[in-house]
Amino acid sequence: MTFQMAIASSDSRATQTRTLCLLLLVATSLAAPFFIYPLFLTKILCFVLFASALNLVLGYAGLLSLGHAAFFGGAAYVAAHSAKVWGFPFELAILTAVSFATLLGLVFGFLAIRLHGIYFAMVTLALAQMIYFLAVQMPLTGGEDGITAVPSGKLLGLIDLSNSLAMYYVVLLFVAFGMFMIWRTVHSPFGHVLAAIKENEVRATSLGLQPSRYRLIAFTLSAALSGLAGALKAIAFQVASLLDVTWHMSGEVVLMTLIGGMGTLIGPAIGATFVVALEHYLSTSGLPISFIIGVIFMLCVMLFRKGIYGELREWYLRRLVRET
Amino acid sequence: MIEIFGIPVAVLGGQILLGLINGSFYALLSLGLAIIFGMLNVINFAHGAFYMLGGFATWILFTYFGIGYWPGLLFAPFVAGSIGALMERLLLRRLYNVDHLYSLLFTFGAALALEGLFRHHFGSAGKPYPLPGELSGGYNLGFMFLPLYRAWVIIIALLVCFGTWFAIERTRLGAYLRAATENPSLVQAFGINVPLLLTLTYAFCVGLAGFTGALAAPIYQVSPGMGANLIIIVFAVVVIGGMGSILGTILTGLSLGVIEALTKVFFPTASAITVFIIMILVLMLRPTGLFGRER
Repeated sequence: MTFQMAIASSDSRATQTRTLCLLLLVATSLAAPFFIYPLFLTKILCFVLFASALNLVLGYAGLLSLGHAAFFGGAAYVAAHSAKVWGFPFELAILTAVSFATLLGLVFGFLAIRLHGIYFAMVTLALAQMIYFLAVQMPLTGGEDGITAVPSGKLLGLIDLSNSLAMYYVVLLFVAFGMFMIWRTVHSPFGHVLAAIKENEVRATSLGLQPSRYRLIAFTLSAALSGLAGALKAIAFQVASLLDVTWHMSGEVVLMTLIGGMGTLIGPAIGATFVVALEHYLSTSGLPISFIIGVIFMLCVMLFRKGIYGELREWYLRRLVRET
Repeated sequence: MIEIFGIPVAVLGGQILLGLINGSFYALLSLGLAIIFGMLNVINFAHGAFYMLGGFATWILFTYFGIGYWPGLLFAPFVAGSIGALMERLLLRRLYNVDHLYSLLFTFGAALALEGLFRHHFGSAGKPYPLPGELSGGYNLGFMFLPLYRAWVIIIALLVCFGTWFAIERTRLGAYLRAATENPSLVQAFGINVPLLLTLTYAFCVGLAGFTGALAAPIYQVSPGMGANLIIIVFAVVVIGGMGSILGTILTGLSLGVIEALTKVFFPTASAITVFIIMILVLMLRPTGLFGRER
């Protein structure tokens, strides 16, 4: 079955469909802000990047990190602080935040990577919680209030980003870049090694590959991109708060990845869009949001572990195989 | 007034007492987590939610039905245990033969759902629970004041911990449990109902969490978030102690509570992250934990 699927997916028709889908996606994301509130779309974009970054670790390296909020929220704080207090321009604030997230990812990765499976999840969670407590206590994070009224600045000193439409396109550009990075990583020799380690670590080791080194690189890259997502969100919404560093955030992004389909490129994007949109509509309904999110989480784990995209793809490929 | 390192003994003693209380909560919770992990291979993220559930069970019993502390102390583990047993029997069981990460994610979702439900119904604010009449007041030890309730919490927590240790290490049922941990199919072949054993284990351990919640209710207020923040510290405790031995887990829990309290006296700002820093150190020096075995 899998062999047939592989043939089917390399089929020219599948490639054609894929190109068509990509074009459609680009057109939709370019046209969307004229129909939907741009700030809402910007939020979706940030989470699309965040979930995709997590997917690099969760889906492609097979490591469940429950601490990605530290990179997301930590970078948000750094971006907000450097833009507001130090007066950094937009690009430099983002760069500083991403460097911070990368460094943090390297440190966390170094500590956690030697552990496996459930232990890895617990350690990343605990490390992230440490960042949370630091954020609660340090004076420069503003405690419960967070850092508010962050200046959005100008892109290259030219384009005013306080316009939400301009901000949307800039964020779109960054997110597209991030997604491209992930796509390149997954389809590079490095990505293949990562997949090999995930499938059979012992055999990969016997081939002379060092699993922990590859995992550490993947983890750090994922942290950097999560940081980019967090920094963009902080600047676009002009606020960095404790909400972004809580373990609920780490869990939510895992849910996004899981619900969309982990180990696929587009899955986390679908999942992020779904969850953000769901929360947006639930927030005015007066229903208990985290209860509903929790129940969706449980249903997703019990019933469709492949996620929305994963199930759809399987259905499509099966149909394709049946036709040929 | 007697002082040690410039800190009055009364203050130091009070903090150590608080540390012992926190430590006994850590011990009770991490004990349950470690047993569930050993038997079911599940990291029970919902443990904090069951702790919260236990606290709320006593509080609801008192507030709506006027039933006091002592029945509440029995009612809380019963409620938590029954819900846990149902959850294991109906849902969690189906996840044993897929990747362990899914059962972790499942209990994570369960924790979110339970917490969200209580937050929706009761609001985020803490709800005070009065001290039981028999245990209010305290003794003056000369150098510090010992509230009776706090002494009771430490004693009962230690008794329950050692009772659990005894049940697992020294009784026939415990022997079945340990055997089923090593080789479930062989134990099943001897005619022991292993699935039932698993359900009972889960129910007992989350019941323990519920009991801890009931114990905590008069000291800390009852709130929907009370378990969420605690459970991650307990995870760190489990990582530090390793999953190998029950006594090791109990000891780690208690001593980390005291260490945390002492940091609160000497470096107040670092107290929240003490446990995590110790976890990092232990991970670097002994990745399997202080009492852990290679798995």
